[in-house]
Amino acid sequence: MRAFGKLTFTQIKLYLREPIALFFTLAYAPLMLVLFASIYGNEPLEMFGGRGTVDVSVPAYIGLIIISVGLMSIPIATASSRESGVLRRFRVTPLSPAIYLASDVAVYFLMTLLGVVLLVLVGTFGYHMRFDGNWLSVLAGFSLSALAIFTFGYLIASLAPTARIAQTVGMVIAFPMMFLSGATIPLAILPEGVRAVSKFLPITHVVTLMQGLWKGNAWSSLGSEVIVLVCVLVVGLVLAARTFRWE
Amino acid sequence: MIQSNASNSEGTVVRAENMRKTYGKTTAVDDVSFEIRRGEIFGMVGPNGAGKTTTIECCEGLRRLDGGTLRVLGLDPQADVVALRKRTGVQLQSAALPPRIKVWEALDLFASFYPSGSDWKTLMERLGLVEKRNAYVSNLSGGQKQRLFIALSLLNDPELVFLDELTTGLDPQARRAMWDLVRDIRDKGKTVFLTTHFMEEAERLCDRVAILDHGRIIALDTPPNLIRSLNAENRVAFITEESFPADSLKAVPGVTRVETAADRVVVYGRGDALVGGVVAALGAKGIPFRDLRTEQATLDDVFLTLTGRELRD
Repeated sequence: MRAFGKLTFTQIKLYLREPIALFFTLAYAPLMLVLFASIYGNEPLEMFGGRGTVDVSVPAYIGLIIISVGLMSIPIATASSRESGVLRRFRVTPLSPAIYLASDVAVYFLMTLLGVVLLVLVGTFGYHMRFDGNWLSVLAGFSLSALAIFTFGYLIASLAPTARIAQTVGMVIAFPMMFLSGATIPLAILPEGVRAVSKFLPITHVVTLMQGLWKGNAWSSLGSEVIVLVCVLVVGLVLAARTFRWE
Repeated sequence: MIQSNASNSEGTVVRAENMRKTYGKTTAVDDVSFEIRRGEIFGMVGPNGAGKTTTIECCEGLRRLDGGTLRVLGLDPQADVVALRKRTGVQLQSAALPPRIKVWEALDLFASFYPSGSDWKTLMERLGLVEKRNAYVSNLSGGQKQRLFIALSLLNDPELVFLDELTTGLDPQARRAMWDLVRDIRDKGKTVFLTTHFMEEAERLCDRVAILDHGRIIALDTPPNLIRSLNAENRVAFITEESFPADSLKAVPGVTRVETAADRVVVYGRGDALVGGVVAALGAKGIPFRDLRTEQATLDDVFLTLTGRELRD
């Protein structure tokens, strides 16, 4: 437990010293919100069922933060730790691999959560964001979403032979997901064809789930999203655990 | 049975018998047997690709053997890897720390992985890292980095320390400082298993040396014994302005031949009494000389003789 605490604390400090990762985790989504809110404001729109741009963007941008951490930070950092020999250095200590990985996931989870909190604060205090849900439900939905996407980050790191390739693969997957899932551009204004494709992207279900919980919709009305994300989590976890390598 | 294992491990820290390790069709380690005794610096030397790192990584529990038996501190390095980690320290040839971790943070973090709760601050002083305690690992020099890695390997006060290619890439000064550190580790009662491809380092630092080539041990002894086993000629060279019958030195016991070129004289011979004999003979004849030097065979010569080739760096 002492090792877990110390490792997690140290890794958070290290995360805070990485300017690029930090920008995409903490600053990118709030900046996007400021940009689009300054263009569209937060007046109720019929297109969004009587909600404003900020009201639908904040839950959608949670997906954006999850993508940045899960599909960019995790694959790049994990593959380069393996490539440079950092993982080897940990491996020759009595630290159990399970504790190492648990701490690693905890750090990414906490940093993502911090990004979400900042985003919500900007929405609430800057633009009077409407929220009709339950924060505990949002936390549960967010946790499921983040962990499901994270598993694919670890999977990319394991399958990519080098850190460079992990970075490229992460980006190639992350960018379409950002723009075709409703995470950046509302699904409502995307053409029919794109919306059909977006159904196959796990992040679309993250966005739909978060927007639903934001409005205070019951879990029962979000069943298909939850089922998809639980399946993604289970499959991703099995694949990531099977493929993970220290060297 | 347990009793006899315990008494065995008193004197023998590592026991390898007929170790074999293959990667695909390549045999990296082929029928290697050796023992490392408690309290010694045991070195494994040989060119790159000779199988040194594979051997040491098998002992560290990082690689599984394909044949033979291996006991480290009486443990099976694969099956008892957790117990092994607690009692050994490892400096890996290719390992790293996160570039943005500070020296003290790395020591503090790695200390928390051991139950004993080690005193990393004392270790930081002993290895001369106090001034660098707040420096990022990425800003350390090669020698400082290696000292930090040694500090990490000593955090659990291990009985056995593995040092793989400790001084590769260091300048001569940092290398010498590293040798003092390794001797200091041994003098604190620990056993050291190191690999190097510097023959001079093995000769100066190790109590016993195994020479590895193509995955096999081709010689194993103390450096003086290895050199003596060559029965190579020693040389005594000096400069004299006086012309004298060089052949007169042939009467000195052990001398095999004498070469002169202008004012330089080189006497070849064998035996520990060679230098004394030559100097005494010059004195007796009243011949003035200067710049007298003796040149003896080194571990390099042993390696060259055994393998018939130069060390590939």
